[in-house]
Amino acid sequence: MTGDALSRVFSALADPTRRDMVARLAVADATVNELAAPYDVSLQAVSKHLRVLEDAGLVSRTRDAQRRPVHLEAEVFDLMTKWIERYRREAEERYRRLDDLLRSMPDDGEPTPPPETGEAR
Amino acid sequence: MTSTRTHETEIIVDADVPLVRIIREFDAPPEKVYRAHADPELVVQWLGPRDLTMTVDHFDCRSGGSYRYVHTRDGEEYGFNGCFHEVRPGELIVQTFAFEGFPDSVALEKVVFEDAGDGRTRLVATSLVDSFESRDAFVASGMESGIKEGYEKLDELLAG
Repeated sequence: MTGDALSRVFSALADPTRRDMVARLAVADATVNELAAPYDVSLQAVSKHLRVLEDAGLVSRTRDAQRRPVHLEAEVFDLMTKWIERYRREAEERYRRLDDLLRSMPDDGEPTPPPETGEAR
Repeated sequence: MTSTRTHETEIIVDADVPLVRIIREFDAPPEKVYRAHADPELVVQWLGPRDLTMTVDHFDCRSGGSYRYVHTRDGEEYGFNGCFHEVRPGELIVQTFAFEGFPDSVALEKVVFEDAGDGRTRLVATSLVDSFESRDAFVASGMESGIKEGYEKLDELLAG
């Protein structure tokens, strides 16, 4: 997935209605009418949200079936989640090293001298 | 906003602004967590990934100061540098960050040390870049350094 594609996925999921639609599609495929039912918005608005999700590659619609149910492309969704999760895990790992370091540092009886000398301590 | 929260570290990938925000709590007061960010002798002990050797060229953590450090892996050197724009001990650090391989791409970083009470600190570290493309590449760069290494270190920590 290119950076650009990732951006589209991020921005597609920025909207609470679209996030909710994705959450519901994670349970089962649904038609546009079914998707629109819980929201106080027009079918056009829901279709617009769907187009954004489709452009991001997050959902697809079957061409041949008459109901044309919307299907969540779980792989794309998972990939993005994985990227963020990996980044998160890397930060977490770094901060666990910091946890260890903080435990080994003396307690703050003495305040850190103001770094006015320009010299690294 | 897209965020995941499994353990302690929370990542926020903003949808409207090309930034990544990391939020993490520490069982130490802000003054101490700040010191671990400001003193190069302490920084080298936690910042760099395990398979890289971190060498500090200079690290002058004060308003108007600057820093440069080099990560070395298998003889390959990766330099990073930036300026400290605003440093308030125990409170915040505002700095720039650039990888010398892409010197024109400069991230603006803000690290805030919030007092979370009970001698704890809530760290909020925000990196802002100039395009969503850069931001997403930034997030994706975690892919290379590998998940395996992280698990190894975690195993050791848990065993220790």
